[in-house]
Amino acid sequence: MIQAHGGRLIDRLAKGEMREAMLAKAAELPQVQLNEREVADVEMIGCGAMSPLEGFMNHEDYQGVLDNMHLANGPVWPLPITLAVKPDNSRQYKVGEQIALIDANRKIIAVMDIEDVYQVDHNDEAKKVYLTDDENHPSVQYLKSVTNTYLGGPITVLNKIKHDEFNEFRLEPKETRVLFKAKGWETIVAFQTRNPIHRAHEYLQKCALEQVDALLIHPLMGATKKGDIPGDIRMACYKALIDGYYATDRVAVSIFPAAMRYGGPREAIFHALVRKNYGCTHIIIGRDHAGVGSYYGTYDAQKIFAQFDRDEIDITPMMFEHSFFCKKCGNMASIKTCPHGNEEHVFLSGTKVREMLSQGQRPPAEFTRPEVADILMKFYQSQNS
Amino acid sequence: MEKVTIKIPRSLYEKIQIIVADSGFSSPTEFIVYVLRDLVGEQLRAREAGKTADDLSPDEIAAIKQRLRNLGYL
Repeated sequence: MIQAHGGRLIDRLAKGEMREAMLAKAAELPQVQLNEREVADVEMIGCGAMSPLEGFMNHEDYQGVLDNMHLANGPVWPLPITLAVKPDNSRQYKVGEQIALIDANRKIIAVMDIEDVYQVDHNDEAKKVYLTDDENHPSVQYLKSVTNTYLGGPITVLNKIKHDEFNEFRLEPKETRVLFKAKGWETIVAFQTRNPIHRAHEYLQKCALEQVDALLIHPLMGATKKGDIPGDIRMACYKALIDGYYATDRVAVSIFPAAMRYGGPREAIFHALVRKNYGCTHIIIGRDHAGVGSYYGTYDAQKIFAQFDRDEIDITPMMFEHSFFCKKCGNMASIKTCPHGNEEHVFLSGTKVREMLSQGQRPPAEFTRPEVADILMKFYQSQNS
Repeated sequence: MEKVTIKIPRSLYEKIQIIVADSGFSSPTEFIVYVLRDLVGEQLRAREAGKTADDLSPDEIAAIKQRLRNLGYL
């Protein structure tokens, strides 16, 4: 089994008598209410999905991440995982004190030992991490919504995050690792997605699956931007696709609880490292992975892997070109394998697909499976009515 | 014996100072060396037995497998 990033799968969940004692103490502590992204981060840190992180970053780690994509003690880490003091909070936090982290319902979910209180420059963070300070970028917008005072330190999760949906698909890293072992899968490729899977992505997954034992479809279900397709619709699409077209004994679907950062190349590295923590040995990196708008080059999320030694990333990226159905070849292909011109390729823009689905028109079966198209048509038409 | 310097967060160091004040250890360094020796020994014994620190207990594995069966993964 592949080692967790940093060598050890972190477990920050308090159990038994220790949890009871900490809960009693936490009720008396100063409280910080977390936003949706921070709650997702607590969930990921607590179960080890973000190993080797044990809490929100201190200044040294934060600066290392911004400047050279490494934590202060060495491991690669591309995205800041931070906790900002809330705008309406005038309290002065001190190093050495404990705080309770609460969710939107004011329920205590964790405690944090403050090891650092520091000021940041959001423009610097935006430019280094997201390569833009354009306020139209979702994560630049996010930075504008939080203060520039960050608290760093280890957390201990006292209450697991409760979700209203997809609980039957929520597996922690230790659980996916047991699953893979029990199935006898030694090589597993992860597929990160926040969209329905059309034929092009199906093709990438099946090409990858030819090389490894199994495929983990790992849809991101944390915070996404306005306009992304809701989770329940996406899950229905995945089910229809897998039931109809996949060798089910080689595929698993599980929820990835992270919030989307739209960080393009840096987020591709993040997606790879955390999938290693879930026990995956490979990850599919397609075009414009984790991108949004035109902030990143088409293949930047693939090229960034060359900046690191193979050993420090460890999980193997499987990189793919733009793929499509070629009418002349009569099959799915990519520009690496098809000699024909664009006129032979079935390609539809996102806008065109949404327009067709809204009007009750099925896109061609060469673009999307009819079962998936039907679910999406129903969704888009319900949006119109 | 040759020695090296290791950095730890100051807040952690201060907590160790509190623990050391009420114990038989003469300094935080002595306490840290004691704890690390213990932990390293445990890790090495586990490694020799073919286990890693990430290994779950048989009960934990059984519970996870049961959940995976209940959810239809196994």
